[in-house]
Amino acid sequence: MAKQINVSLIGNPNTGKTSVFNLLTGLNQQVGNYPGITVERKAGICKLSRGVKAHIVDLPGTYSLNASSLDENVVIEVLLNKKDKDYPDVAVVVSDVENIKRNLLLFTQIKDLDIPTILVINMADQMERKGITIDIPELEKRLSTKIVLMSARKKEGIEELKKSIEGYRKLPITPCLNAFEIDPPYFEGLQRAFPKESLYKLWLVITQDVNFANINRNTIADASEFHTKKKSELKRLQQKETIKRYQFINQTLKATQTIDIKNAKGVRASLDRILIHKIWGFVVFFAILLFIFQAIYDWSSYPMDLIDSAFAWMSDYFRSVLPPGLLTNLLVEGILPGIGGIVIFIPQIAFLFLFISILEESGYMSRVVFIMDRLMRRFGLSGKSIVPLISGTACAIPAVMATRNIENWKQRLITILVVPFTTCSARLPVYLIIISLVIPTHRIGWIFGYQSLTLMFLYFIGFGAALLSAWLLNKFLKIQSKSFFVVEMPNYKIPLFKNVMINVFEKTKAFITGAGKIILAISIVLWVLGSFGPTEKFSNAKEYVTVQYQKENSEDLETQIASYKLEHSYMGYMGKAIEPIVRPLGYDWKIGIAIISSFAAREVFVSTLATIYSVGNEEEETIKNRMASEINPITKKPLFNFATGISLLLFYAFAMQCASTIAIVKKETNGWMWPSIQFVFMSGLAYITALIAYQFLK
Amino acid sequence: MIINLASLKKGQIAIITSVVTDKIPLKLLEMGCLPGNEVQLLQTAPFSCPMYLNVNGSHLAIRKEVAEQIEIELV
Repeated sequence: MAKQINVSLIGNPNTGKTSVFNLLTGLNQQVGNYPGITVERKAGICKLSRGVKAHIVDLPGTYSLNASSLDENVVIEVLLNKKDKDYPDVAVVVSDVENIKRNLLLFTQIKDLDIPTILVINMADQMERKGITIDIPELEKRLSTKIVLMSARKKEGIEELKKSIEGYRKLPITPCLNAFEIDPPYFEGLQRAFPKESLYKLWLVITQDVNFANINRNTIADASEFHTKKKSELKRLQQKETIKRYQFINQTLKATQTIDIKNAKGVRASLDRILIHKIWGFVVFFAILLFIFQAIYDWSSYPMDLIDSAFAWMSDYFRSVLPPGLLTNLLVEGILPGIGGIVIFIPQIAFLFLFISILEESGYMSRVVFIMDRLMRRFGLSGKSIVPLISGTACAIPAVMATRNIENWKQRLITILVVPFTTCSARLPVYLIIISLVIPTHRIGWIFGYQSLTLMFLYFIGFGAALLSAWLLNKFLKIQSKSFFVVEMPNYKIPLFKNVMINVFEKTKAFITGAGKIILAISIVLWVLGSFGPTEKFSNAKEYVTVQYQKENSEDLETQIASYKLEHSYMGYMGKAIEPIVRPLGYDWKIGIAIISSFAAREVFVSTLATIYSVGNEEEETIKNRMASEINPITKKPLFNFATGISLLLFYAFAMQCASTIAIVKKETNGWMWPSIQFVFMSGLAYITALIAYQFLK
Repeated sequence: MIINLASLKKGQIAIITSVVTDKIPLKLLEMGCLPGNEVQLLQTAPFSCPMYLNVNGSHLAIRKEVAEQIEIELV
């Protein structure tokens, strides 16, 4: 077997690094996590000539090797540790033609790690339009590297890049900056202690707290005659390093690059004039939000209805063709409704991720950060919190991860704590089904229906609860931390269809498989609990019911037996046990069970009710119809009436019902304290508001 | 005349003369906010914070309190 060439793709954010990755690997990629941490790892295979393959890893975007976040740490760890399975044979640094000066800072750092390095200058098709000319052969000589001009957008330069990767052995590995220059006496001592190691690598071990080849901070401190320097001194040296690197870069570019500003044209200034305008900026932003929510509600209802009835049909079909028995029941009553409860999410999640990735790719998201910063800070948040809050409407898990680029710890913590209030897509199926049951279909004028207004209101109170609790937390949290807010304002770009689609596909897949496992497991557990009972009342249900209802016709008798059975199953007893707690909110024990199982994941609500009801009723019916016909045994009126419905909506709006979110909050805040506070606060608020709403409305 | 970056007006161009290195993030230096480089204020958000700058060809936004740590000279 031919050897694989390990390639690391490295670059600043917004350089089109991911487009280059997608171009190299096509759909031949896997997305996962680095072991032990929740940083996304993207890898793929690229076929080179003569059967040689390149294994390409797309490292997280970073501005330099001085890491300030978990994602950036990954880059250093992969590049320093020769034993890492991703350790590159060749590094490809992606830069964009307009920001080449800044991009070269990272390039010179990578170059100093003794790794063969190729420099990709992306968006090269823009050179003429921006008035830029570069003397490539001279720049190659000065940086001692191979340069590939590319336009990932126009698919230009990809063959040359592949060829350069293949010939990586010919690349020179001379460093750009002699680390010695940063502080001669200090580095002299360091070199004496480790004569065989590269100075820059040792320097990274000291400043970044990473290890390589059994060398860590302590061994350096032990082996050197002097102690390692203080933090503030180290920072000063890092700044000196940056200045030295820029001196080298400026000299290099002065000799090789000319920019004729008169020839530069761009849409940046004219679009910025509107999009970050003091009034229009906000108008545009809220119009976009409104459009997104309307789209999710309207457009995804068609595929969702289809999926819903398809699963109802499938249950019916399998029941008619398979021999009756326990396994058939498990499939038709447990597994199928469970899977249906996952699949029904796909349209909405895909739409949300579609919009979010378009906003990110186009460069608009940074503008929103910019205009919202001041306002968000009043609530103790940062402008950067807007990205997690919007992503939170898809799913709280990526949203909590997206808080990583908020530099201020207090603002970041507050964002993490309030993000689960935003209406995530897992709440949507619960909202949609309850809204369609209890809210009338009337319209005000031609556009706004009561139902979609209710949905919008629910999004609104989600954001409201997030902002208000942020404000409260800001008042009570006594954390001092410096605010180092730096946001890059990238160029506007038309999003690349392929990038957006791959992103939507990967995110949706990750969500479905992640949440899917929980939903499926819970569906099966619920089916078992509903299909077996502890006493002979369950097994002899038929006799008991026949004695009670002798005059009823046979069809009613069947239903009665089924519901009697359910009541005396394990699930029935569990539900009865919690009924006193949920009755003041207007729920019966079946809804109680659905709520309990929802604490693993909200979306389980619908599939739980589906499982409970199909255990109780074997006729082909959709979940919604089944819920509508459910009767409150005491009042003899429909169970899902206005008061119960509103109470349920409020409960789901506020309660912290997601095991995965709790897990990620624990990970990101390093302990159980914050997720526990969050859980108690949110669920307490949910119970109280639901209680008040029901007691007022009933 | 030496003033700090926070008092730069929209559209004005200046040269960075010094930065209070302990009080600004390393990331800002890495993005080109170094003595000798040119800086232009492109736009500000409501209440003039954050500030949207072109520093050394990089477009970025920073808050006023960080801008106060950067000294400039108008050209």
